[in-house]
Amino acid sequence: MRTVPLNYYLILSAIVFSIGVIGVLVRRNLIVVLMSIELMLNAVNLTFIAFSRYLGSIEGQIAVFFVMAVAAAEAVIGLAIVISVFRHHQSLDPQEMQLLKW
Amino acid sequence: MVTSEPAVFAYDLLRWIPLVPLLGSVVNLFAGRALGRKNAAVLGCTAVGASFAIALYVFFQLPAPGIFRDTIYTWIESGSFNVNLSLHVDALAAVMLLIVTGIGFLIHVYSLGYMGHDEGIVRFFVYLNLFIFFMVVLVMADNLLVLFIGWEGVGLCSYLLIGFWYHDHANTIAGNKAFIVNRVGDFGFVLGMLLLVTELGRQGIWTLDFSELQNHVRLLSPAAIGLITLLLFVGATGKSAQLPLFVWLPDAMAGPTPVSALIHAATMVTAGVYMTARLHYLFALAPTTMSTIAWVGAATAFFAATIALTQNDIKKVLAYSTVSQLGYMFLAIGIGAFSAAIFHVFTHAFFKACLFLGAGSVIHALDGEQDMRRMGGLKAHMPTTYWTYLLATLAIAGLPFTAGFFSKDLILWQAFDQGELALWGIGLITAGLTAFYMFRQLLMIFHGERSAQQHARSHPHESPAVMTLPLIILAAGSIFAGWLGAPEYLWGSRWNQFLQSVFGVEEHHGSVITEIMVTLLTLAVVAAGIYCAYVKYARAAAGIGQEPASLLYRLSLNKYYIDELYDLFIVRPFTACARFFARFVDPSVIDGAVNGIAASVRGFSWVWRGLQTGNVQHYLAGFLLGTLALLAYYIGEL
Repeated sequence: MRTVPLNYYLILSAIVFSIGVIGVLVRRNLIVVLMSIELMLNAVNLTFIAFSRYLGSIEGQIAVFFVMAVAAAEAVIGLAIVISVFRHHQSLDPQEMQLLKW
Repeated sequence: MVTSEPAVFAYDLLRWIPLVPLLGSVVNLFAGRALGRKNAAVLGCTAVGASFAIALYVFFQLPAPGIFRDTIYTWIESGSFNVNLSLHVDALAAVMLLIVTGIGFLIHVYSLGYMGHDEGIVRFFVYLNLFIFFMVVLVMADNLLVLFIGWEGVGLCSYLLIGFWYHDHANTIAGNKAFIVNRVGDFGFVLGMLLLVTELGRQGIWTLDFSELQNHVRLLSPAAIGLITLLLFVGATGKSAQLPLFVWLPDAMAGPTPVSALIHAATMVTAGVYMTARLHYLFALAPTTMSTIAWVGAATAFFAATIALTQNDIKKVLAYSTVSQLGYMFLAIGIGAFSAAIFHVFTHAFFKACLFLGAGSVIHALDGEQDMRRMGGLKAHMPTTYWTYLLATLAIAGLPFTAGFFSKDLILWQAFDQGELALWGIGLITAGLTAFYMFRQLLMIFHGERSAQQHARSHPHESPAVMTLPLIILAAGSIFAGWLGAPEYLWGSRWNQFLQSVFGVEEHHGSVITEIMVTLLTLAVVAAGIYCAYVKYARAAAGIGQEPASLLYRLSLNKYYIDELYDLFIVRPFTACARFFARFVDPSVIDGAVNGIAASVRGFSWVWRGLQTGNVQHYLAGFLLGTLALLAYYIGEL
């Protein structure tokens, strides 16, 4: 059985990461922005796993566990902020949050 | 003039001489109101009295050619340059110390009565104690820098006390004048001090200690010594009111009379004399400076005496008389008679303090009247004041066996003895003028008749005992203080003997016969002065005074228009200059530069702040672009 070559994983990861970046930059909803960040983190995770498998080394998987733990924490804090922002603004559009500019 | 190295002893008691008045001042400053006016004033007197007692004790402990030293701590330590905060007492300092604390104590006691009804009596004693502290530091300083602390400190206290009654604008102006004129002199002092340090430092000796200076002074080049001493003397002319910086002293009479007696007659104004005497080894090596000092002193003595001839304000006469007597002291310094100069400081402190306090007593009795033309006939009303005033007048005029006789004669004789006949002549004439204006004053105040109109206005009364007692002590001093320094043909001078450890042995050439002849000549001139005053003022009722309106008379009455000249040539151009700068240079150049910088910064920020949209997604886009650019760069590197 032919195994899937490493490049395929990397290209898929790059595509997912780019979708995440574009989501962060252009979406007008904070929750979607948070989801896009998750997308970027998971794209990176995919790269780690691919290399771990390719090189036969365990370190990549360990890093992935760390990233997942951090992502979980980030999601918790991020959502909490989103809720309080929404209570304050009645909106989730990041373009309306410009109070701290000059 | 070679002195053997005197023995130095450490002595911790010395620091308490300045500390006690400082404590008195600080306690009164913070707790004076709580203590109550009377207690605060008594505390002020006690502090100075204790200081005097310690000084007296130290004086009797002082071994003949010895020095007491008290090093409190090292103030500045920079490489090989070392300045200690240390005090010392040698024969010269001991004498000055007794004058400052002793006369200071008497004047404090007098102030109890004189300032008794004043609202600000607590503040008065705070200042007065502070003055004693600084003056004692000045006198006991072991190096030039500590002396300078005292020097500036007494200047500050002088300023504060001249403007003591600050509700009257003229008093504040007088205080400012004293302060600013003194700044001019102090500038010279600082320059002289710096030059001394650097010049000696160039020879590898970094020091300001008096004893060290004395040991190494010969390393300096004559030109350097000349310049240093001249600059230091500029400082002395400011503090001791010599030509051309004497103008502040007559105005300083705006302060309360005890202040005039203490600061502007007996102690502070002699600081310049003391400083030059303290650095006598330096000045002795600068013949040009010495003759300058002698001539400035003689000119001041004569000049101020001629002004005093016609003044009508009781305190102004005494002020010009002080300037004149200080001139005598500098005349003595200039001819190298340091011991005689300090002797005149000593006797002058007694009789001038007595005169000022007597004048204060008169002013007090007449409810603030200071114009002598409206006095007269006070002899019957104030006998104690009259008799003490008379004794002090005799002393300043230099009648035989009074203090002024011995000290002034010593100066004149030394001038004659050294062949400085021109200086001697000026001094001689000045002695006659002194006798004239002092007896004119005495006759105008105490003799003659009081008109009924004046009787109706005020009822003069003798001052309370707390004021007359210091007067009596000072009057006794005006007679007996001089007996310490009698000439050789009488019973010899203990004074010179005592100060030999500082100034060395002074040489004399002239014979006793010449000395007596010179003295008799002085006495004749003095008698002539008194006679003129008697003829002119004894019978004339006070207040009439039909004075001749001659040119000389008007010149003298208006103080030679010196103040007006200074106003015209210095003050007005200066203020005009300041006004010009304030109106044009400051708004356009200074403010323009500052505002221009601010405006250009604002312009730049206006351009750049467009980038800061406040939108987090724009920032993230920037972040992404930056990351991509870095990535492209590193890939390009590969």
